[in-house]
Amino acid sequence: MVNKQPVGAHYGWKDWMIQRVTAVIMVAFSVLILGFFLVYGRVEFGDWKQLFQNQLVRILALLFFLSVYYHAWIGVRDVLMDYIKPLAVRLSLQVAVCLFLIVCSIWTVSILWGN
Amino acid sequence: MKFQILRFDPDVDQKPYFKEYDIALEPSDRMLLDALIRIKSIDDTLALRRSCREGVCGSDAMNINGKNGLACITKVSELKEPVVLKPLPGLPIIRDLIVDMTQFFQQYHSITPFVINNEPAPEKERLQSPQERLELDGLYECILCACCSTSCPSFWWNPDKFVGPAGLLAAYRFIADTRDHATNERLDNLEDPYRLFRCHTIMNCVDVCPKGLNPSLAIGKIKEMMLKRAV
Amino acid sequence: MASASSLPVRKFDAVVVGAGGSGLRAALQLSSAGLKVAVLSKVFPTRSHTVAAQGGVGASLGNMGEDNWHWHMYDTVKGSDWLGDQDAIEFMCKAAPEAVIELEHFGMPFDRNDNGTIYQRPFGGHSQNFGEKPVQRSCCAADRTGHAMLHTLYQRNVFANTQFFVEWMALDLIRDAAGDVVGVTALEMETGDVMIFHAKATLFATGGAGRIYASSTNAFINTGDGLGMAARAGIPLEDMEFWQFHPTGVAGAGVLITEGVRGEGGILLNRDGERFMERYAPTMKDLASRDVVSRAMATEIKEGRGAGPNRDYILLKLDHLGPDVINKRLPGIREIALKFGNVDCTKEPIPVVPTCHYQMGGIPTNYLAEVVVPKDGNPSVIVPGFYAAGECGCASIHGANRLGTNSLTDLLVMGKSAGDSMIKFIRENNTHKPLPADAGAISLARIAALDATTGGESVHAVGDAMRQTMQAHCGVFRFPDMLEEGVTKIKEVAERAKQLEIKDKSKVFNTARIEALELQNLIEVAVATMVSAEARKETRGAHDRADFHNRPGYVNGRDDQNWLKHTLWYKDGNKLDYKPVNLTPLTVESFAPKARTY
Repeated sequence: MVNKQPVGAHYGWKDWMIQRVTAVIMVAFSVLILGFFLVYGRVEFGDWKQLFQNQLVRILALLFFLSVYYHAWIGVRDVLMDYIKPLAVRLSLQVAVCLFLIVCSIWTVSILWGN
Repeated sequence: MKFQILRFDPDVDQKPYFKEYDIALEPSDRMLLDALIRIKSIDDTLALRRSCREGVCGSDAMNINGKNGLACITKVSELKEPVVLKPLPGLPIIRDLIVDMTQFFQQYHSITPFVINNEPAPEKERLQSPQERLELDGLYECILCACCSTSCPSFWWNPDKFVGPAGLLAAYRFIADTRDHATNERLDNLEDPYRLFRCHTIMNCVDVCPKGLNPSLAIGKIKEMMLKRAV
Repeated sequence: MASASSLPVRKFDAVVVGAGGSGLRAALQLSSAGLKVAVLSKVFPTRSHTVAAQGGVGASLGNMGEDNWHWHMYDTVKGSDWLGDQDAIEFMCKAAPEAVIELEHFGMPFDRNDNGTIYQRPFGGHSQNFGEKPVQRSCCAADRTGHAMLHTLYQRNVFANTQFFVEWMALDLIRDAAGDVVGVTALEMETGDVMIFHAKATLFATGGAGRIYASSTNAFINTGDGLGMAARAGIPLEDMEFWQFHPTGVAGAGVLITEGVRGEGGILLNRDGERFMERYAPTMKDLASRDVVSRAMATEIKEGRGAGPNRDYILLKLDHLGPDVINKRLPGIREIALKFGNVDCTKEPIPVVPTCHYQMGGIPTNYLAEVVVPKDGNPSVIVPGFYAAGECGCASIHGANRLGTNSLTDLLVMGKSAGDSMIKFIRENNTHKPLPADAGAISLARIAALDATTGGESVHAVGDAMRQTMQAHCGVFRFPDMLEEGVTKIKEVAERAKQLEIKDKSKVFNTARIEALELQNLIEVAVATMVSAEARKETRGAHDRADFHNRPGYVNGRDDQNWLKHTLWYKDGNKLDYKPVNLTPLTVESFAPKARTY
């Protein structure tokens, strides 16, 4: 039986790298936040709000969430590739996941910079 | 000694089943393959591949008490009874302990397993320093027994798309060879979400390799080459 | 079961039976020439027995010091105890360097010297300046040379798009009324189907039959299939009495320990810790030719100087080389010693015994790998369309005893030579000769008989009887009465082999049937060996008759007056014939027989 398997999608290495980089960002930010909690002990809503008044914290938080979304995108996409075999269904689901993550990203910006 | 061996002959059986054997071994039956040949002298319907009986041809790979290995270099004295023998997991069973290795070899063939060098060959040998030759150690010794690839969950799931540890080890064998001039093409060939990057460093391959090779390390080095190329 | 006329037929320019070193080298030549070639193999090509070769491939590259093909030729002629054909030997030794260089260009991972050239180690019987002192001639990849070579050749065939029929067993040779070879029948193991491979040229590269002996370094697949097929088709087998017993098989297990161990400096010791080879071969010592070393070891054991509680083995000491050398040059040996000998060879010696290793005889060919048989008074008439190379062929390069490393040289050079000869033949005879009407009938009858036989004997029992008979009656030392008795016994076993019964009747991967078919091939070789050995009344190379030790007037027990000739055994009536040794090389002067000392 002929089995023509197209190969060489040319995004394997970049995604693999991005997954590692985003993982590092996620860990770093988590450590920062954990540090904040450890230093301040009991954190009230006010302290929390004040922390996020800082523009740098906002940017770092945004970086963190974007990393989560990108990381999730690669992971979920791999899962879909492994388990969803019909191409049309897989593509639709991937588009859905993509849209969902984009909406999440916009929402994240609006939370961080909104009032 | 007690054995439970997975049997399946598509000519007569509906589905695979375990058959039990309790046989007296001779002192000369030191390896599992000796025991299997003794079983076969009693029941000639048991089908398995074997050839060199010294661990270099890679014929008699099977799942031994849950772990892939070569029967000919597995000492019976070190096995827990009953010894449960199954064909290599993840590949279609042809009969008994014999699996269809087509997909495994397709993956090996997919990495262009030969030295590519379009420069005119010199009169004498192409020179290679002992250090350069050292790079091939731990790579060229692979016997294509498939113990590694068939213990890899990523290969079980995508045997048609993921090259698998054996194929990737071979791929790096050619990348690492100073006489091969196709590194870029080889990296391109693997630059794919399935072919290389389905390796999740589970390391089952390293655990089972009967020749003590380390496909994970080779895979890491391929990724390192990609990094070098990209930045 | 299908009838012979309804068997499927596939046509190829060339069919190569066997995918070991010589088969792959020939196939590469054929594929590269753009011919349609089918390679049949009982196992996936990289599982062929070439994979187990360890020590190296001999070629006078001269990378380690002065060397040339003429010296290599002298060593080979002397090693053969003057039974080798000197035209073939010259051909091989001359072609060896190029064959090795080619292989390097194909990507073979040879070990290297500091200047980047291929590393070469000393090996038994290889010398500088016509026997003066040992020379480093064995090109190696650690102690896995065969593995590296077989994989490289397979890889190159992948590059050349050679068509493989993996797990197909050739059953019978097809000859037409004129005796020309027009193809083979073969069995697909997975399905049990039989097919005819119709070819313009057919090459047997099926390897040896070391499995006729109980104690053998050979793989299970080394069952002399090519020899069995040839013998059944009326082709004689040449010099089958000559079997090499490798000095160093792991005692009890039979697994090979390369001569490269001694090449790197390992030595053999008896129970007194004496380096006894100094007595038997003052110049070359442990690196004397294999027949000499095996005989010396067997003598030590026979005279009660063997090591171990039963005084039945010799010690191979290499710990003095140090772990660095052992790990770098002999890593596979360390592994084997540990697994099969239960010793750490960096600390203790390995228990070894002479073990059946290589078949010097085979299907008679010339150095172009064309099969030749006696006809109308001419001892060497070509059988059109039929070729043999590697261990199954007998050119005869190795004569009565092969030198270490020359098996790999042989399969490279003769494999390539076979390929070239076939290309030439196919270009000159570019149509398929018609198949005879009953092509395939014999094969189908053999399979039908196996399926139908009830109340017969098991393959295992008959095979055991064969192996024990050969071991007891035709080993390192051969005695006239034992040989005579052996002939009677092995003929009895051959009769029993006609009534084999297999319980497995499945069509799918029926290994019982395959083992039965293999035994039918082995038994031909065993009978040929015993009958030929009984008849040869002298000691020469690996054929050591105790009744010819120290006989006055015979140099080394050799009788050049009457026995400097090749044996030809015919299956039909166990008839023996003889043909002269070719003492005339292609271009240089002949090496005349003389006393053989190392």
